[in-house]
Amino acid sequence: MNKHWWKILALGLLLYTVIAGFLKKIPYFGQNAETTRNVFFHVPMWFGMILLYTVSLVYSILYLRKFNAKHDARAQAFAGIATLFALLGILTGMIWARVAWGSYWNNDPKLIGAALNILIYSAYFVLRQSVKDQDKKGRIAGVYNIFAYFMMFPAIYIIPGMMVSSHPGGEGDEPLMVFKMDPSLRLIFYPAVLGWTLLGVWMANLRWRLEMIKEKL
Amino acid sequence: MKKLFAFLVLFVLSISAWAQGGAGSMQANWDESLINTLKQDGRIYIVIVVIAIIVIGLFAYMWRLDRKITRLEKEIRQ
Repeated sequence: MNKHWWKILALGLLLYTVIAGFLKKIPYFGQNAETTRNVFFHVPMWFGMILLYTVSLVYSILYLRKFNAKHDARAQAFAGIATLFALLGILTGMIWARVAWGSYWNNDPKLIGAALNILIYSAYFVLRQSVKDQDKKGRIAGVYNIFAYFMMFPAIYIIPGMMVSSHPGGEGDEPLMVFKMDPSLRLIFYPAVLGWTLLGVWMANLRWRLEMIKEKL
Repeated sequence: MKKLFAFLVLFVLSISAWAQGGAGSMQANWDESLINTLKQDGRIYIVIVVIAIIVIGLFAYMWRLDRKITRLEKEIRQ
């Protein structure tokens, strides 16, 4: 029971997110009105994605140092769940964009960056599939994962930050808009990020354990 | 664990059956006041309860899957 505390914490945080996130009186910003609540669901997908890709990076580096198959399985699982979060982020963003900006895909720099990022990580999985030898697969995938991680920041953050964007954080905005977020929103936003990320960690945990079982069979 | 789960399910079922049986009793009043509370503020509370149930269900599923994988790991180790 004791080592499962973080799973219960994740459930608590997400229940809090759902309950407080819908009960809270939202300060209306322009035409956003009630859709500002998406900050508790759409934005944590992206924050969670970055955190999960970071865990994946750490395990890739560990694999390249020690060549323990467990580390490679973890790197793969965390990258997989992070990519799932990215896809969910894109889909939820498209619905929101249709209402807020008038179209599902408006070629906003952040959208193009997010799509690029998914392509970069798709190559990681394709690369894995294309190598048969386990040891070679782990090494090549590990090295590529490090490249992919450091391509992600220009794609989703640095380049969109230099351009005019409909998203917060574009040219002329403060670079880290989240820290300027209304304090009452932050009170739900940060627990939401932690809750969704912990759920992602749990999913990745099951994924790599299954992978290890498969290897032993 | 399974016995506890079965007990909880039966417990909830028996309570709801009891609540429906005794119309006009204290249980029915309690049920009615609960429903009236849920209906306040544009009925947003009902949405919250629905989503909360989905979140709990999702985690229950994760929990079961976790236990199944743990069992498989133990079997393989032997």
